[in-house]
Amino acid sequence: MNKPEKVTLFIQCLVDTVFPETGAAMVTVLERLGLKLDCPSNQTCCGQPAFNAGHQREARAAAVKFLDIFEDAEVIVCPSGSCVNMVRNHYLELFADDPKMLVRAQAVSMKIYEFTEFLVDVLGVESVGARFPHKVTYHASCHLNRFLGVDRQPRTLLAHIDDMTLIEMKDADTCCGFGGTFAVKYSEISGAVLEEKVQNIVDSGAEVVTGCDMGCLMNIQGMLSRKNIPIEVKHIAQLLAEK
Amino acid sequence: MSTIAPEKYKENASKGIADPVLQKALGGLQDRLGPATEKLYNSQPEGHDMRPRAHQFRRKAIDNLDVLLSTLADKVRGHGGIVHFAKTAEEAVEICKKIALENDVKTVVKGKSMVTEEVGLNLALEKEGIEVYETDLGEYILQLSGEGPTHIVAPAIHKTRREIAELFTEKLGTPYTEDPPTLTRYARKALREKFLKADMGISGCNLACAETGHIVTVSNEGNIRMSTTLPKIHVAFMGMERIVANLEEQQSILRLMSMGAAAQEIGGYVSYVGGPAQADHSDGPQEFHLIIIDNGRSKILADPEFREMLCCIRCGACLNVCPVYGKIGGQAYGSPYCGPVGAVVTPLLFGINTSADLCAGETLCGACKQACPLEINLPRMLLALRSKLSDGDPDWQVQPKSKGENLLFSGWQRLNNNRKIYDTLLDLMRMLQHLLPAKQGMITRLPWPFSGWTANRNMKKLAPKTFMQQWKETKEKKDS
Repeated sequence: MNKPEKVTLFIQCLVDTVFPETGAAMVTVLERLGLKLDCPSNQTCCGQPAFNAGHQREARAAAVKFLDIFEDAEVIVCPSGSCVNMVRNHYLELFADDPKMLVRAQAVSMKIYEFTEFLVDVLGVESVGARFPHKVTYHASCHLNRFLGVDRQPRTLLAHIDDMTLIEMKDADTCCGFGGTFAVKYSEISGAVLEEKVQNIVDSGAEVVTGCDMGCLMNIQGMLSRKNIPIEVKHIAQLLAEK
Repeated sequence: MSTIAPEKYKENASKGIADPVLQKALGGLQDRLGPATEKLYNSQPEGHDMRPRAHQFRRKAIDNLDVLLSTLADKVRGHGGIVHFAKTAEEAVEICKKIALENDVKTVVKGKSMVTEEVGLNLALEKEGIEVYETDLGEYILQLSGEGPTHIVAPAIHKTRREIAELFTEKLGTPYTEDPPTLTRYARKALREKFLKADMGISGCNLACAETGHIVTVSNEGNIRMSTTLPKIHVAFMGMERIVANLEEQQSILRLMSMGAAAQEIGGYVSYVGGPAQADHSDGPQEFHLIIIDNGRSKILADPEFREMLCCIRCGACLNVCPVYGKIGGQAYGSPYCGPVGAVVTPLLFGINTSADLCAGETLCGACKQACPLEINLPRMLLALRSKLSDGDPDWQVQPKSKGENLLFSGWQRLNNNRKIYDTLLDLMRMLQHLLPAKQGMITRLPWPFSGWTANRNMKKLAPKTFMQQWKETKEKKDS
């Protein structure tokens, strides 16, 4: 794919409502690369929480709205692997029995990218000229890593940040225990899984933990804060926007 | 037999999480087996095609189950074996009981078999006054202690050396020692006596081959081979899905099963059994019975959404990588089938509503699918089960699980569909969140239905402005 004329931003609902600084950082990085951006301001959630909890009717309604808003975009970029997985893969399942909608879902499926995937695979960028003089560890989010197969891309971008030390934590690709409504409904199990993730982050000796999905990072941040552990949580876009 | 009680998932999970011995055992197991299995997958001469191809072998077998099973039955009968088809657990148990009573069986030795656990065989035989001995070391320990298994392949990993030492002293009357080789020798001696006096041996079937008419059992202790060759009668229990077409496919899957189960190229003892001892055999049973069990599998077969589950060979590879299983252990699932595989199979076999927590109590991280030697898509089937639980499904006798949750999500959908209402609600929540207890901008206690979150972590407050508001403001500034 050639460099697109215009990139349409799909902002994960958590980024929109709780972590807008992540969205702003993504905008900074993309604009520095000379891209024109567009952001439909009537967008909401892609439907993943409903889908994962088994509420397909509601998820389908969210998907219809998403397709209405985004299907004319040239390319869609989102700072969350899990939301991209929802749109790219699960929308096709939601509309498997509806040929008309399926065609629309397929078209969108082919032009939506997770942020780091877009930078590395579509734009061919490995370094964005960022500098971040800190010790950082990377959490490989499950949906990004396993369902989108995106792991090399964020790691490539991180490796090219100046003055940054990347420390590999133990079991970086093990789940943080978030799992959407699972974290609320089965909070004890979720907490036990998270406990191990947090311990691995602490043991790495990093000052900052980063990743490509605010869902996981919000979960990790929640326990770091509860335990008064002074490790910062930053989305990869925030690191790439640092100069 | 372990009681089927998946409805106690949360309660039993809590117990598992609070047990430091279990935590250490599970951590060690996952650290050891998960990566070792992955390494083996990546070093096979067939390359990365091996697993998808094996999946196809299984899929083809499941799609042609009727033909393969009737071929297998014919071949086994040709070898002089007796084949029984059991529609239900009760039928399977009755068939076995009848064989035992007709032959005046007093003592049974068993090789490790999940399907006999599923049908509740041990209890039924014991009720008839028959002594039943598990001969897999882990299973034997659990039989002595009266506990359920923690792992499909390694059932007793939660037992410490000391607990086993005490157990053996109490139950076997052996001198107290915590030395594993000595303890194993004690078990071996005790079991050897049972092997020699047993008049019936019972095994499962890891995988049958239709072409040759053999069942295969795999073990690392040689106990299944002894159970199936020493007693005069061998009864093999086989889930009706455990079959492939030919030797080549069987070989490929048995190798993958060994990799998934124990990070081995192939199990220590792989036995091919096709019937009773032939005239030129120096040993072997005089009678061979194969009980092929449906017990709900036809229903799974008939549902395209879940048919893939019949490809499963119960190796337990998914347990060795699952973050949830790694914390709660196998007993939490309240079923002979635990871990990710259990979270799908238990609802399908024993009822979706009673197993609702098993369907919903996972993170959907996908590690199970990645670790499965047959690349079975467990997360997809968990999602399908969750969908049945929210909508209900008469075909599977599922009642909608929670009207409250359904209402919440239909409210959410209306909200999500209209950005204006969405923003208004966000404004309201932004005001209300200041009433919640907080520390350094992090909410420390959320109200229902989100209270679970703050049981063990904090939550960042909603930002003063959404990204969309910021975007619009920046754009207006640029435009003006």
